[in-house]
Amino acid sequence: MINQLIFAYFAAVIVVSAVLVITRKNPVHSVMFMLLLFFHIAGVFVLLNAEFLAAVQLIVYAGAILILFLFVVILLSVERESQAARANRFWPWLAGFGLIIAGEIALLVLRGSFPGEGKMAVQVAGAGVRDLGVVLYSKFLVPFEISSVILLVGLIGAVMLAKKKTNE
Amino acid sequence: MVTSLQAFIGQLLPLYPELVIITIALTVLLLDFFVDRQNKAMLGWYSLIGIVIAASMTIKLSGLAGSFFGGTFLLDPFAAYFKLAFYTACGLGILISMKYLDIEDIHRGEYYALMLFATSGMMLMASAGDLISLYLGLELMALSIYVLAGFMRSDSRSNEAGIKYLLLGAFSSGIMLYGMSLLYGLSGTTNLNGILVFLRGADLANPVLFLSMVMLIVSFGFKVAAVPFHMWVPDVYEGAPTSVTAFMSAGPKVAGFAVLLRIFAHTLLPLQEHSTVILAGIAMITMAVGNIMAIAQTNIKRMLAYSSIAHAGYALVGLAAGGREGAASVMLYVLIYAVMNMGAFGVVIMLRNAGVRGEEITDFSGLGKTNKAAAFLMLIFLFSLTGIPPMAGFIGKFYIFKSAVQAGMVWLAVVGVLFSAISAYFYLRVIMVMYMHEPKEEFNLVQSPALALALAIAVTAVIVIGVYPSGVLEFARASIIGIL
Amino acid sequence: MTPGSYLPGHFLPVAIFLFVGIAVGVGMLVFSRLVSPRRPYREKLMTYESGITPFSDAHQKFSIRYYIIAMLFLIFDIEAVFLYPWAVAYDRIGLYGLVEMVIFIIILLVGYVYAWKKGALEWE
Repeated sequence: MINQLIFAYFAAVIVVSAVLVITRKNPVHSVMFMLLLFFHIAGVFVLLNAEFLAAVQLIVYAGAILILFLFVVILLSVERESQAARANRFWPWLAGFGLIIAGEIALLVLRGSFPGEGKMAVQVAGAGVRDLGVVLYSKFLVPFEISSVILLVGLIGAVMLAKKKTNE
Repeated sequence: MVTSLQAFIGQLLPLYPELVIITIALTVLLLDFFVDRQNKAMLGWYSLIGIVIAASMTIKLSGLAGSFFGGTFLLDPFAAYFKLAFYTACGLGILISMKYLDIEDIHRGEYYALMLFATSGMMLMASAGDLISLYLGLELMALSIYVLAGFMRSDSRSNEAGIKYLLLGAFSSGIMLYGMSLLYGLSGTTNLNGILVFLRGADLANPVLFLSMVMLIVSFGFKVAAVPFHMWVPDVYEGAPTSVTAFMSAGPKVAGFAVLLRIFAHTLLPLQEHSTVILAGIAMITMAVGNIMAIAQTNIKRMLAYSSIAHAGYALVGLAAGGREGAASVMLYVLIYAVMNMGAFGVVIMLRNAGVRGEEITDFSGLGKTNKAAAFLMLIFLFSLTGIPPMAGFIGKFYIFKSAVQAGMVWLAVVGVLFSAISAYFYLRVIMVMYMHEPKEEFNLVQSPALALALAIAVTAVIVIGVYPSGVLEFARASIIGIL
Repeated sequence: MTPGSYLPGHFLPVAIFLFVGIAVGVGMLVFSRLVSPRRPYREKLMTYESGITPFSDAHQKFSIRYYIIAMLFLIFDIEAVFLYPWAVAYDRIGLYGLVEMVIFIIILLVGYVYAWKKGALEWE
């Protein structure tokens, strides 16, 4: 019961701050609401007993990705961005369309059942960092190594596209 | 637990082709610092050597089938077939790029490294036995191609292409992840075989199952550019450097179909009843929109973009037909499509010379008089794209529609043939412009041994497969056994 | 126990800590607003710039250089995150895990060398 109450709190804040992120005029405010959003998602992870993911959520998303967002916002002129319209004139139609899709998904999920509930992709004793490490570095070796290549490609892309032409 | 280094290296055996490609890409990245501007093509040849080595390894490993690394990585004839298709696409892509990159003044080592990274991502997609490795392989491929699409930094169209592709790609990845996590929530496993086992005993009327299936169709619809998820294609194909357009019209699309086949002809096979209807519907509107919109285009890259949408539609017909014949026809088709489409782009690249963009269809005026060889090559590729015998494109379409008829979808085959006939209009118009119109102005075509080699390979493949299709078809049929 | 089915009780101190932290912070703001005298005028509200009247907005555009630095930080941050479960589980994965991590680091090391040689780490 108390579990569900806490979840309801996290879920409500997540939805509200997500809406605020896309509706605020000042992009810096949007980024701040995104920070709130990330914190509450970390809360949901804790509730799912995925403590390590909660920590990663804070370190990577709140700590690094958000800073990146903030830099991008500051790269642009905050003042000019604040005056620009956040949506075009079709937004009520698009929002309506989005709501219909969301409603459909909600309806299907509510009417369906989840036979896999509680099952884990890999059966481990607990869900601690140690178990995660063992699974990640034995069974999921290939995805782990792919992720390093993905990071490398991201790095190449960032350096290549954002770097001013100099010593070439 | 493995305790010795030898044992570890031995365990990596199934991954050798991927490891070779990635290692070559890493060394290209580093060697780039020691290679002069004029000699960057050397890196391209070096990458090609890597591709040849990886290809020979893939062929050698074909005897070693099974699932490795806890089921996250599969080695089967199906994966091997697609890997050979990716090597072909990447190899042709590198060959047609070398001269073009010099002309556009964007000849940098990262280009080849990113091509190889994208190829390794596609290979991992074809070999994925788990939703997680599947997704990561896909992201590796997509991320490399986002960067490649925006490779011309000083060109605003290229920037736009890169950003559009990135945004829509990220959006479709989000939908895919949602679909995958629903599937995981249902089955309690991310392993593709495990999901199949679960579905065999599951309540198939569960709406969540349906939802996750639809989401996977939508997200892969984005990746293979099926209507109505095709909006990004014309702009991205037009804006990206032409050599990248050639590569991304072939490689990622083939990889997308590899995954579609793996998922819909294997993992979600128990849901075939529902998936067939949706896929057939999408196939129909994809063929319609692709072929009809292509008629109005004046830019050859945009026209080929819509043509690639239409071709995704034909391949989806085979996927909707399902079964062994359907799957084999899709495999045959995407390989033929990759080769003939890259060939057509290769001729478009020949027209790009200093000062001439060579992207308007009118730029082809009188090519039949000024450069007979190039015009003739374009003629062959366009005939093949139209599906005129004895080119390979005809064989591909023939088996696709045959499989649809065999599966009892005569209407879909009829629609396909009808739109094929419409497509003749815009393909043959280019041929007409080449042979009937007078040359506008004198300009020299780009000549380079690498480009000539690529076109020679493509044209040989198109004609050989067209005249003697049974070899490749048998290969495709033999490769399907692994997943069905 | 199945994840998600029980309340992570050992996070209670964290929750209390967060709650107290937020309460103190918000409390200070509210309390000072309640008790402090407020007599604003134009000069007082002006941005303090060593006594000189500010002549432009403080909201300046940042250079794109910050972006590259942030991007590099993000990538190596994620790399560090991967090291953590590896270190914790090291006694169970042994040499196998070591070789894996060496491969992982080498791949990213190539990226590091690349960024370095391209001058992405320089502030020119």
